[in-house]
Amino acid sequence: MSEDTQTVGRSEPIFKASMQWRRIKAHFFVVLGLLSVLLGVVTLLVLLADVIIQSTGWLDWQFFTSFDSRFPERAGIKAALFGTLYMMFFTMLLAVPIGVMSAIYLEEYAGDNWFTQFIQVNIANLAGVPSIVYGLLGLQVFVRWMEMGRSVLAGSCTMALLILPIIIVASREAIRAVPPSMREASFALGASKWETVRHHVLPYALPGMLTGAILAAARAIGETAPLITIGALTFVPFLPEHPLDRFTVLPIQIFNWVSRAQSEFHELAAAGIIVLLVVLIALNSVAIYLRQRLRTKY
Amino acid sequence: MTAPLRMSRRRFTFAAAGVAGFALLAACGGDSGAGETDGLEGDIIVDGSSTVFPITMAAAEEFSIMHNGVRVSVGVSGTGGGFKKFAAGETDISDASRPIKPSEIEAVTAAGLDFIEIPVAYDGLTVVVNPENDWVDCLTVDELKKMWEPAAQGEVTNWNQIRDSFPDMPLDLFAPGVDSGTFDYFTEAVVGEAQSSRGDFQASEDDNVLVTGVAGSRSAIGYFGLSYYVENTDKVKAVPIDSGNGTCVEPSFATVADGSYQPLSRPIFIYVRKDAAERSEVDAFVKYYLSSEFTPLISSPEVGYVQLSSELYAALTQRFADRVTGTLWPNGAEVGASLDRYMQ
Repeated sequence: MSEDTQTVGRSEPIFKASMQWRRIKAHFFVVLGLLSVLLGVVTLLVLLADVIIQSTGWLDWQFFTSFDSRFPERAGIKAALFGTLYMMFFTMLLAVPIGVMSAIYLEEYAGDNWFTQFIQVNIANLAGVPSIVYGLLGLQVFVRWMEMGRSVLAGSCTMALLILPIIIVASREAIRAVPPSMREASFALGASKWETVRHHVLPYALPGMLTGAILAAARAIGETAPLITIGALTFVPFLPEHPLDRFTVLPIQIFNWVSRAQSEFHELAAAGIIVLLVVLIALNSVAIYLRQRLRTKY
Repeated sequence: MTAPLRMSRRRFTFAAAGVAGFALLAACGGDSGAGETDGLEGDIIVDGSSTVFPITMAAAEEFSIMHNGVRVSVGVSGTGGGFKKFAAGETDISDASRPIKPSEIEAVTAAGLDFIEIPVAYDGLTVVVNPENDWVDCLTVDELKKMWEPAAQGEVTNWNQIRDSFPDMPLDLFAPGVDSGTFDYFTEAVVGEAQSSRGDFQASEDDNVLVTGVAGSRSAIGYFGLSYYVENTDKVKAVPIDSGNGTCVEPSFATVADGSYQPLSRPIFIYVRKDAAERSEVDAFVKYYLSSEFTPLISSPEVGYVQLSSELYAALTQRFADRVTGTLWPNGAEVGASLDRYMQ
């Protein structure tokens, strides 16, 4: 508006009062926006429909309770599903405490100096590093140097590194959203810094942190490249018995089925994709639910 | 004060429930697997070629059913990647779609390890065209060479350049990626030198992509393993190959097995670490792999490779029992080579 009024005084006003043309432009923008939205949704729907049609008849109880087999009707995702859950358990166990503590330190304790800024820039950059790089790092550090072998734990450590930046960034956002007045009120009553963080900042920031952690977990579950690099296996006809045992995960199992010669395995892969999608959608729904349900009112 | 505390407790319950759920699943994962065994116990770690994977996987699957105390896992790192892990002592058996290279032998020896070489089956590389291609009924190795040699790049782009009677159609080429053993062997057999090929073709590590590519273009030609052709006879057509003696031989389990499909038949291998072979479970697994109980399954449609003769499997079992180490392919893969050398 201010620009309009400014141009009024000029000899050649930029603003032309052609109402019709402006309406067309407005409509054009709406249509463009709608098309952009539809492009994403329609693609997703087509993909989903294709996968669901392909997987018809394969998603039965046997599919969940069997190991991989060379007979498609006997093959299942037991090892991959348990491998994924087992790995994610240790991933979250490692990444969430470290990520949350980093965030608390950076937000509540760290001073604003060159060192903190250096760390912050690094975390932001780490969040954008391609996942395969984490795989190479994991292979060298966890598999070789720390001699974890191609184990669940090595996979968890790699994945924890991968999602740590996401958790730190999300947790910091959540902590920053807690109004300073809360802290000041707590200090005014004589609470120490730790008491303030423990009893006021953390409870209010927790939903945001949980949301971030769950979205990070969803990212890790779908990752394949770093796990292939560290050497998660393809055919594993047993469940991992301890954290240093060999394992496989859902995306690797799906990838293997897709590349088999027999077309039935391609349908099995579609069934595996459905399972992976359901796990991902479930995780995202929990994140949304937590965000809505526990939304803090100050 | 009380409000945020009460809220926080509920939130912690959520988190705790989640953690407990994961822990429960993890615990379930840990408990099963143990049980009654037949005395044979231990872990066998196999890695290597994706070509050999279906065979080793079938052997592992059957072996695990018989001996539930033995846990066999199979990885797919490629032949070269498999040998790296083998030399690092990380695997017991390495799947390989070509003989071990001198540089790889050096790495294995440098690590203080030794290996037993065992050919387990034949694979027949199959040249395929679109089913609507009605002009190709046979190709000679020379014609294949004209099509695939490095000099053909950008020059040979039309079917009528291959043979005068072929129509004026663009040549759509499909082949496995340059890292695969299939590409190595095809170039060796057709062009005369491994890895020597024109570069302007559509490459994929996934043979299913090649099948789709050839099925989608009337003027396409490509090559991949026999097992992928057998599963896709409705989508692509195999081209009989004339090795130079005037007879066209169709690729099939029979022609690969009797040695008449040349030069595109190749043996595929497993390499067993000698010290691992001393472990009873590895010894039993390899003997089962070569037994008359298992080897017929190699030619089953689920696996899709060509089994060797039973005399050869017997000789290989004896050779393994005697722990004969070293390779019988000092010069690398040989085209049209016989496996009789393992009979002595």
